[in-house]
Amino acid sequence: MSDLRELYQEVILDHNKRPQNFRTLESANRTAEGYNPLCGDQITVYLLVEDQVIKEVAFQGSGCAISKASASMMTTVVKGKTAADAERLFKTFHRMVTADPDTASDPEAIGKLAAFAGVREFPVRVKCATLPWHTLHAALEGKAHIASTE
Amino acid sequence: MRAVTEMAASTTLPAAGTMFDVERIRKDFPVLRQLVHGKPLVYLDNAATSQKPKAVVETMERYYLTGNSNVHRGIHLLSERATEAFEGARAKAARFFNVGDVREIVFVRGATEGINLVAHSFAGPRLAAGDEVLISEMEHHSNIVPWQIVCRQTGALLRVVPINDDGELRVDEYERLLSPKTRLVSITHVSNALGTINPVKQLIEMAHERGVPVLIDGAQAAPHLPVDVQALDCDFYVCSGHKLFGPTGIGVVFGKARHLEAMPPYQGGGDMILSVTFEKTIYNEAPLKFEAGTPHIAGAIGLGAAIDYLGSIGLDRIAAYESDLLVYATDAISTIPGIRIIGTAKEKASILSFVLDDVHAHDIGTILDQEGIAIRTGHHCAQPVLQRFGVPATARVSIAFYNTRDEVDALVKAIYRATELFG
Repeated sequence: MSDLRELYQEVILDHNKRPQNFRTLESANRTAEGYNPLCGDQITVYLLVEDQVIKEVAFQGSGCAISKASASMMTTVVKGKTAADAERLFKTFHRMVTADPDTASDPEAIGKLAAFAGVREFPVRVKCATLPWHTLHAALEGKAHIASTE
Repeated sequence: MRAVTEMAASTTLPAAGTMFDVERIRKDFPVLRQLVHGKPLVYLDNAATSQKPKAVVETMERYYLTGNSNVHRGIHLLSERATEAFEGARAKAARFFNVGDVREIVFVRGATEGINLVAHSFAGPRLAAGDEVLISEMEHHSNIVPWQIVCRQTGALLRVVPINDDGELRVDEYERLLSPKTRLVSITHVSNALGTINPVKQLIEMAHERGVPVLIDGAQAAPHLPVDVQALDCDFYVCSGHKLFGPTGIGVVFGKARHLEAMPPYQGGGDMILSVTFEKTIYNEAPLKFEAGTPHIAGAIGLGAAIDYLGSIGLDRIAAYESDLLVYATDAISTIPGIRIIGTAKEKASILSFVLDDVHAHDIGTILDQEGIAIRTGHHCAQPVLQRFGVPATARVSIAFYNTRDEVDALVKAIYRATELFG
């Protein structure tokens, strides 16, 4: 049970139950769909990007608690950031959920996303946590179509 | 759920004298005796692949350690023995499915390759633009995609028989869709996502009345039910060895002799020819015509050992034991608040798919794994049927004859734990 609590932190369970920005975004000028063919998780990320700044962000889709909470928390942290900062945060996040704990990155930069550090103990769930970020990346790159975590 | 319970009531349990000794059977499966995350392994992912009894592993080991040789070509003793064992396995498979003529058994890599063989060599040459191939809404991707490929090549159309809310095939719709344009029916015997047992004998009869040949995908049926291809009168029956307690990489296609004789080869190479010159090649007879290259000899021999093992228990007894356990599991799981069972057909085998209101299937899978319980979560390579039920993923429990009521109890406890964690 203790390992499970590491994975399913309270903040993750909360975001799963009451996801933030879980809606479509009429004003979006960048949209991408992400899909994990292995498990069928599906997410659409909507962005309103002006002057390289993410002014608005929302998501829709279906997935497990990890992917839903990750998407929800991602929208709360990237709103107001520049595209470049959001991409840097994706890299930091990705390192945190895949890397050896000793080499894990800078707690300052990661902030509340640190709740997902437990995912690295569950390798098959890493893709759940990163799917929203891959999809955000695809939207920022202007790839409207399916982003896969493969 | 009532439907399932009723099925149980009509199931005869083994007589007291032939009581099913599951603890003794479990000793034949060394893999079951291990801890996963510190808990005894509860293996409930048998529809993905089943575990192998010692007899299978030892038979294959013995072949590699003392008998390894190529088949159908050597004049030397080891080759003769290997050929005998390989062809002996074919005879065992023939008996297992009550096939009349051993030459009607073709070795392939598995059910998927079997369906591809039939699609390519049987359906392909017979299909023309506007013809139809009939499948069902509950098929595994392996019984959808090969037909899409051959339909695209020939201009034929793929027609899909719908299912009802319990996950049963709509036989009335099947009858309506069987048209003068139908050239082939390909239907699963048991659904891998729902557990539904289709009334295949009736479906075959209805197709044959219209002169339409039928392939039955037996990947999920063969490990759980006695199958008699002569009684069914199917034209083709395919199954995978690894779901039948045998090794991976081996499977069989039963095909009626007259079909196999008329079909062109599937792949070219050694073993499938009688003579080759650059001007002209004469193909071997079925089944070797369809077995190009050195086959999976050890796999076939291992599958033969698995069939012997199943024979020593008896498919009738296995079916009765599993049916009882499935009802026990269904009743136990049904008590969990917020659970919805996907697939509530009257006739079911082995499989219990479900979703929970507040816990996604992947999260259930992770939580159960921490308790040592292995199940499958996701779309089970049957996305259309999950779409039919409006769910992107389910948690799937699939039982085998070595599973126990204690294991079901552990499963139910772990699911409760998941609901508490997410409560």
